[in-house]
Amino acid sequence: MYRIIKQIIKTGIKTEASPQPDEAMRVIPQRLQQQILEVFGRALTIRHVDAGSCNGCELEIHAINNAYYNINGLGIKFVASPRHADLLLVTGPVSRHMEVALKRTYDAMPEPKLVVAVGDCGCNGGIFSPENSLGGESYASCGKIANVIPVDVAIPGCPPTPVALMQGILAATSVCKKSEET
Amino acid sequence: MPIKHPNLHLEPMNGAIPAWHGEIADSDLLPICQNVRDGGGRLVALWGSDEHAQGNGFALHVVLVNETGLVCLSMALPAEQPSHPDISQIFPAANRMQRTVYDLLGIYAHEGHDHRKWLRHAAWRSGSFPLRKDFDAAQSRSDDSDSYPFVQVEGQGVHEIPVGPVHAGVIEPGHFRFSIVGEKVLRLEQRFGYTHKGIEKRFESLSLQQGAKLAGRVSGDSSVAYAWAYAMAAESIANVTPPDRALWLRALLLERERVANHLGDLGYLGNDVALSFGFVQFGILKEQLLRNNAALFGHRYLMDRIIPGGVTADLSAEGKRVIEAELAMLEREVRLLRGIYDEHAGVQDRFIGAGRVEPKLAAQLGLCGLAGRASAQAWDTRVQFPCAPYDKLDVQMATYRNGDVAARVIVRFDELFESLRLQREILVNLVQGDGLAIPLAKLPANGLGIGMVEGWRGEVMVAIHTDARGNLTRVHPHDPSWQNWPALEHAALGNIVPDFPLINKSFNLSYSGHDL
Repeated sequence: MYRIIKQIIKTGIKTEASPQPDEAMRVIPQRLQQQILEVFGRALTIRHVDAGSCNGCELEIHAINNAYYNINGLGIKFVASPRHADLLLVTGPVSRHMEVALKRTYDAMPEPKLVVAVGDCGCNGGIFSPENSLGGESYASCGKIANVIPVDVAIPGCPPTPVALMQGILAATSVCKKSEET
Repeated sequence: MPIKHPNLHLEPMNGAIPAWHGEIADSDLLPICQNVRDGGGRLVALWGSDEHAQGNGFALHVVLVNETGLVCLSMALPAEQPSHPDISQIFPAANRMQRTVYDLLGIYAHEGHDHRKWLRHAAWRSGSFPLRKDFDAAQSRSDDSDSYPFVQVEGQGVHEIPVGPVHAGVIEPGHFRFSIVGEKVLRLEQRFGYTHKGIEKRFESLSLQQGAKLAGRVSGDSSVAYAWAYAMAAESIANVTPPDRALWLRALLLERERVANHLGDLGYLGNDVALSFGFVQFGILKEQLLRNNAALFGHRYLMDRIIPGGVTADLSAEGKRVIEAELAMLEREVRLLRGIYDEHAGVQDRFIGAGRVEPKLAAQLGLCGLAGRASAQAWDTRVQFPCAPYDKLDVQMATYRNGDVAARVIVRFDELFESLRLQREILVNLVQGDGLAIPLAKLPANGLGIGMVEGWRGEVMVAIHTDARGNLTRVHPHDPSWQNWPALEHAALGNIVPDFPLINKSFNLSYSGHDL
């Protein structure tokens, strides 16, 4: 136990300031905390679905939980059930074999719900999809996430960096705020 | 010559790994497989191809390995009702591969005992085969719902827990069907194919260079291993050897991928036994390594750094110093954390005895990679068939006999330290030199090349066939998870359901690499 405590003290706090918001996404960290409180009450909960990715995006989604990015510290956490989730974080392309599971997961979420598409494949079908097909369809792939469920925010990258992921997740909550206002 | 058989005429293949190729007849497949099995050899991969463009029907390709090298057997099959003898009685790992060859190409394993579909769910109709050249995607669409005949367990108090495809954590999709009594697992049956997105079909419309990018995305956590195996297969067909410096850099990248994955998994293994301290600490170390990757090589997971003919990233003298400092830091920190894991009674209580695969069963199933080595299966491509620069590095293989979660953790720690040592050796030997790549624009016509690399999970193999114009006509990437997933069904038996996530994580097998 002594060694564990000593190591924790030696490690100190690694968490960095949350990423600067992308101007296009119109989010600032301070308002963000406030928004999450207003819209979702205490916390934003995320359900992740891999709808056919290569697992590269998942590695970076894991990374935003590490001590450096510490997305938990912003009041955002991953939950085990779609019924507990405010936001669906989806990686793709959506394989035809995951189409039903993705739709059912989306349907199981309570309103209001947000969807964030992650990675080049989730945004437009990416490398797995024939160039001549709109949205990246093939015999095995439905292509981009938006072909299957409505998407609020799309985060490009192969895979997107942890900072980009956080910016996208934060931007999604601001989209929700905006649509409520209009 | 790796196998002796009267009807077998093997030709050596070019390339970095000792390999031979031979055409065989239907009747010779079983005796040759038995011969290799009796000599302690294993099945590496099995795939089919559509040969109509060459004026033939179909072909089945089987890669076997023994202590002298790889043997690739090709068997011509007729255009009508192509079939081959079932080899799953000799190599159980062939079962799912044969069912996949049927799902994708309609090549049937006669006398087989299990003809259920495997990768096909309901995206395309039964009786239509996506990897046939005359496949019509629009005509083959199916709106049926998927059904799969799981084996039912009956008896007093037995019930089923279906899990997936969407799991509770941030994980790839797959289905596990547990039959349990109380908390004990009586039977586990897997159902995969959820992430099947048509990778093999996709390769057929890509150039050699685009194919390298796709190969690096078969399984995102093994990007370097796949890209290298793909490049090795292409270089084998073209009969070129990349510059020395490129080969040293490839090995550096591969070892960094290995360390990154072991760090991540060791953290998650701590997390799965409620030691979140370990999760946080290993997460910090992994992030530091990834940041160095981004700063030095331009990508956190080193994607697209290996191309056919060489590499695209170099390492400066300053970069070398950064890695040296990182290696020293990792060596120190991981030793400290290993001490804490080793002495933590709660952790060891959960690790020891959980998810055991006995060496005898491991040998039967052809378990490979780090899971195999934790069950006394002493195979490591870097040791048995050391391609440059591993031939100068004298890799020390980590093996253990217990075959439980604790053994897989020990092997991971041992391999991690060995990997740090290898990186230090590589940095010393990384001579300035002769360019980073030999341009490889196009491959020769009608070629077959094989590349195999020991990724962090196990042996990653890629086979490339070219057509009469030198284009990619068939590319088959093979993940070690094909061999190891069935072993997980056995490893879970007799364990309690709450230990399954821990056992599963100790293997950490690929879904995407398997589902293709």
